[in-house]
Amino acid sequence: MPQEYIPIAVLIILATGLAFLVVAIGHLFGPRRPTQRKGQPYESGMRPFGPGTRRMPVHFYLVAVLFILFDIEVVFFLPWAIVFRQLGLFGLIEMIIFIVILLVGYIYAWKKGAFEWE
Amino acid sequence: MDAALIIEWIIKSILLLVICITGFAYLTFYERKALARLQVRIGPNRAGPFGLLQPVADGIKLIFKEELIPEKADRLIFVLAPVVTVVPALVVLAVLPFGGVVNLFGREISLSVAGDVNIGILYITAITSISVYGIVLAGWSSNNKYAAMGGIRSTAQMISYELALGLGFIGPILLAGTMSLNGIVEGQRGMWYVVYQPLGVLVFMIATLAEVNRAPFDMPEAEQELTAGYHTEYSGMKFALFFMAEYVKMIAVSAIAATLFFGGYRGPFIDQVPWLGPIYLLIKVMILLFGMIWVRATLPRLRYDQLMAFGWKILLPVALLNVLLTAGVIMLFPGLGV
Repeated sequence: MPQEYIPIAVLIILATGLAFLVVAIGHLFGPRRPTQRKGQPYESGMRPFGPGTRRMPVHFYLVAVLFILFDIEVVFFLPWAIVFRQLGLFGLIEMIIFIVILLVGYIYAWKKGAFEWE
Repeated sequence: MDAALIIEWIIKSILLLVICITGFAYLTFYERKALARLQVRIGPNRAGPFGLLQPVADGIKLIFKEELIPEKADRLIFVLAPVVTVVPALVVLAVLPFGGVVNLFGREISLSVAGDVNIGILYITAITSISVYGIVLAGWSSNNKYAAMGGIRSTAQMISYELALGLGFIGPILLAGTMSLNGIVEGQRGMWYVVYQPLGVLVFMIATLAEVNRAPFDMPEAEQELTAGYHTEYSGMKFALFFMAEYVKMIAVSAIAATLFFGGYRGPFIDQVPWLGPIYLLIKVMILLFGMIWVRATLPRLRYDQLMAFGWKILLPVALLNVLLTAGVIMLFPGLGV
């Protein structure tokens, strides 16, 4: 294992410890006087109605799917960018072809109204 | 592997955490002061000289606040969500070079937690994505419809702008030919990349504003329509953790922007005096942070449909165009930015 990643692991462990410590401090020092009213969801002082977790508009799901598609395209850009100077003109033309294919899907999604919100 | 190396790692990690927490505390103060000045007010000035102890007072107040957990909330996830949000924000700066290599106690020490990681940018993009989980879990576990709505909105917004952010990283990688942040800083020896990447900087800045949920993209915290968003039900130290995550992320993205486009820790006389590195970086980060505060004071919040349309229809194509333009220009002038 390359040695650079051990300090990152050390940092992650320490940061997690710190975050739990902060939560614990709050639990230790904060007063606790729960009442029935305090346990209710906060809705600006109105009496809460209906369930707390509801069905979400399906549009958010569409955004998530499109994100996965386009994010993978972004991941493909990263190694290409590093070796771009070695690839030269060949790399540029390859990437233009890749982007054109990407744009076909992008325009399709746009025309289908994936980016519109009511 | 010797003991000195392990001690070095632990000291560096603790130092980074201390920097993040102090930075968070004083960034809230800096923001309140700057915002107050922009609105012709004075801002906090009671606690300590010039109000300098205000963050300490706020912290002590939050420790002694009652922490409410709603009755029907998913208690485990409710407690874990702030932790999941704050840890990525704290560890993202591990790969950032705060300076070059300095000589301390007879040891060569690089001013960065992880030293020179050759996939620094990949690490940053990977880690920043994780904090989305904390926000959506917080919204979902609260059993509050406004919190759930805020969480889901925030998720959709962050993943949409992450595309433009990821493409914004490509410009400096193309110019430097490496993903190592040290390599990118070294590549800016001759000229800052902001000169070669005017469009890229713009895309990157806008996308980072949306990533850290700052105005004018602070949709998840739209208090008029969502009461507060994903952290509606949080109080006390758990609320402070969300707050900390947001502000530490502000510092982190400013430091990353400074490193990618504004020469990082480099400045005059840096080769003679390596200890100037962190000071230059601090100055650049403070200027970029002032820009963020200025934007908050100036621009009103976008409507949600405008926000999503802007991210997908304008920012994403512009970011793609920037990548192609950069590649084309490097083709024509191969010596650029090395």
